Amino acid sequence: MLNIEEIKKLAKLARIEIAEEDLEKFASQLSSVLEYVEELKNVNTEGLLEVDQVTGLVNIQRADTVVVSDNREEIFSQAPEMKDGYYKVKAIL
Amino acid sequence: MQFEHLSITELRKKLDAKELSSVELTKYFLSRINELDKKVNSFVTVCENEALNSATKADEFINSPGENPFLCGIPYASKDLFCTKGVRTTASSKILDSYIPPHNATVEKKIKEHYGVLVGKTNLDEFAHGSSTETSAYGPSKNPWDLNRIPGGSSGGSTAALAAGLVPWATATETGGSIRQPASLCGVSGWKPTYGRVSRYGVIAMGSSLDCPGAVAHTVEDLAHLAEIMSGQDEKDSTTGVQPVPQYSKNLSSNISGLRIGVPKQYFVEGMEEDVKNRVMDAVKQLEKMGAKISEVDLPNTRFGSLVYAIICPSEVSSNLMRYDGIRYGHLSQQAKNLLEVYEKSRGEGFGSEAKRRILTGTYVLTAGYYDAYYKKAQKVRRLIMNEFSEVFKNVDALVCPSSPNVAVKIGGAKENPLFGYIADQLNIPSSLAGLPAISMPCGFGMPSDGEAPSMDGLPVGLQVIGPQWGEQTVFNIGYAYQQETDWHRKYPGV
Repeated sequence: MLNIEEIKKLAKLARIEIAEEDLEKFASQLSSVLEYVEELKNVNTEGLLEVDQVTGLVNIQRADTVVVSDNREEIFSQAPEMKDGYYKVKAIL
Repeated sequence: MQFEHLSITELRKKLDAKELSSVELTKYFLSRINELDKKVNSFVTVCENEALNSATKADEFINSPGENPFLCGIPYASKDLFCTKGVRTTASSKILDSYIPPHNATVEKKIKEHYGVLVGKTNLDEFAHGSSTETSAYGPSKNPWDLNRIPGGSSGGSTAALAAGLVPWATATETGGSIRQPASLCGVSGWKPTYGRVSRYGVIAMGSSLDCPGAVAHTVEDLAHLAEIMSGQDEKDSTTGVQPVPQYSKNLSSNISGLRIGVPKQYFVEGMEEDVKNRVMDAVKQLEKMGAKISEVDLPNTRFGSLVYAIICPSEVSSNLMRYDGIRYGHLSQQAKNLLEVYEKSRGEGFGSEAKRRILTGTYVLTAGYYDAYYKKAQKVRRLIMNEFSEVFKNVDALVCPSSPNVAVKIGGAKENPLFGYIADQLNIPSSLAGLPAISMPCGFGMPSDGEAPSMDGLPVGLQVIGPQWGEQTVFNIGYAYQQETDWHRKYPGV
């Protein structure tokens, strides 16, 4: 069972604010998901490699050619706050 | 003249014969959307001006000499997970409420090159997290067969719009059942491609090792055409396969005599509705009558599929959703006092409950100390499931089974139930984990176990066909053959 303190720690790691009144709910819901997957621990997977890519592709590369993109304005237009052509962010501290 | 029940193939003939123009056809569907979507809530955004502009261009192309591409002048809707240049794309999340992509998804680009006419963006579970559309920030879509019921999800907006006759086809995406389950619940045909068959570029990411962009349409014949257009290697998605794209539509064959079809006994799960089981077994008998060789097959690790998914999916979700930082695009909190708070508050305000739950779950199972026990273990059991499918496909050409254990349930059951999707999609998830292609198509009607159906016939039941990796042609042939002999795909709800 996960407790409220563990949910707070996960929220910190994931950079996401969780309302005080939701902590209990998430603790119980995450616990039920972990309980649900518990059975996997007993599955015999000896000698099996974990899956990394389902269709078996390895090291796919494309030609290193220059492609001109001229959508600077369209990209910047989506930023909530800009100043002098830069993304504007709050002070770190 | 009524056009809402015609397939793309049928509309193509009408446009080619100049019985009507693309502008007329587009206006026809736009007016149906304006009139009926108040009830169905299948659209997040309708782009009337863009649609009429594209239709005008398509008409110019049709009126010039030469053959018209299959989608030329045909209206369609796109799941609001596909980035559409200049047209708002929300993923049904508040965090992207005002996002206007500067680019087109590769799939959208391909459709545009065929002069397809985008009429709007369809509702989904927030970031495709769910199997009911109930986690959408814009409210749930309604099942056109019974407006009190879910259309399924996450591509429920696309399947509801199609079933209600608001578009002749729509794009959709799957991570673990999000095309097949809503197609089944809404009584339409849906295609979930082999992983890597269709480029993921520009499709807002959920679980990158599982995500497959696909489509829903009235017929499997249409799906074969769409697969031809949407598939192919893309340098912008390094996981797309190098395999050439076959001419699926030209190669369609209704001769399935001698084809070996397996019926996995583990797919008739406890708690499955009796009518679902019976309709699917009726369809199996039909396929046998058409010459297919039916055998029962064993997939004993099926039951671990949803458990593996419950670890891998949130892990990939938590990584993919880290990009929403309130700085480059998307929602920015007005309450933040420093940079850390910008992240925390923007994400806290922008994400809904289900997205938060998956982010937290993924963060937990990827944390040092738990990684081996959960994530690594899940990827090993995934290998076990893949190997099991490979073994079975040595003896059969395809598998058939139900797409969902039940017909559509009432709205309200899915929200705040963290396990709803894992159970709803237990018949779709194992093949998603193995990257296999599949379709779902209507095979009759069943009574829901939770109450009364709106009509004596009940609600749609879906038949699923699964093939080996890159085995789309066999899957389409079985669907095409079945739809030549039956007319379940030609039943429509009155909205």
